[in-house]
Amino acid sequence: MSGRDGESVKERAAAQAGLPPGLDEPAFAEPWQAQAFALTVALHDKGLFSWSEWANALSLEVKRPEAAPDGGDYYEHWLAALEKLLAVKGVAMPEAVEALAAAWQRAARATPHGQPILLENDPEGNPAKESMQGNS
Amino acid sequence: MSSDHDHDNELDPMAARVRALETILTQKGLIDPAAIDVIVDTYETKVGPRNGAKVVAKAWSDPSFADWLRRDATAAIASLGFTGRQGEHMRAVFNTPDTHNLVVCTLCSCYPWSVLGLPPVWYKAPPYRSRAVIDPRGVLEEFGLTLPAETKIRVWDSTAELRYLVVPMRPLGSEGLSEEALADLVTRDSMIGTGLAREPA
Repeated sequence: MSGRDGESVKERAAAQAGLPPGLDEPAFAEPWQAQAFALTVALHDKGLFSWSEWANALSLEVKRPEAAPDGGDYYEHWLAALEKLLAVKGVAMPEAVEALAAAWQRAARATPHGQPILLENDPEGNPAKESMQGNS
Repeated sequence: MSSDHDHDNELDPMAARVRALETILTQKGLIDPAAIDVIVDTYETKVGPRNGAKVVAKAWSDPSFADWLRRDATAAIASLGFTGRQGEHMRAVFNTPDTHNLVVCTLCSCYPWSVLGLPPVWYKAPPYRSRAVIDPRGVLEEFGLTLPAETKIRVWDSTAELRYLVVPMRPLGSEGLSEEALADLVTRDSMIGTGLAREPA
């Protein structure tokens, strides 16, 4: 922060532009955003989809009319794109994701503060585990 | 987000969905949770615009590197150890007194991660994505950058396969600076085209 032109220019850009502020914000606002990003990178590395497929899926989401003009919901679109792509690929069906997400939330509530949240802590049992055990 | 509950632990819906995906993908052997942590760490702390700044500083100081960068940016950049894990191709576009280059991704948010890290919020937001193409001069003015009327502005629309790095003009008064000192003059915005390189103090 040398007070050189560059700084005030950025501030002016943010204030005048209708372009959002936060020019030097951290890459991710919340940990889940970083994880959603990393899952996507890892699945691409695994060959599950190409970057073109990914760009198309993400584009459909961010172009929705209800998308926030400031891009603040960007990673929500990112996650929606990932979920849809995984459904199309038959890897993770929406119902399974819903059920597991609910289980994770129950597990979190049942976990005392300061301890790691584990899916096993879900008082209603673990739908993922049951589906795995179905094979045996 | 939702914090109206007073439970000891509460996962917000987005965090819970990500955990759900991670659980399924781990069970199916498609991901390794440890590898996910490494990726997060890499993008949070290790890659960023400093990589791109080193590329630009080298191009300023080494004409043969600049020439290589112009002809085959993917290889020239990889020679410095910055390789796109997406396998995307890079193209370097050089600013001149006549032409200023500006990069956007109108489709979504394609960005040269390996040299610039993750894109800033405004790069991903609808106003920039739509207006950079329609009114680049107006957008640049909003960034505080007013170019002479005779300077042409070229807008490059990134894709999943091809991403652009702007090589800004070397600032006046930077003669004789080391590559390291030059790299300090190269801002992220100057490599997207929404800014210029800083002049030496």
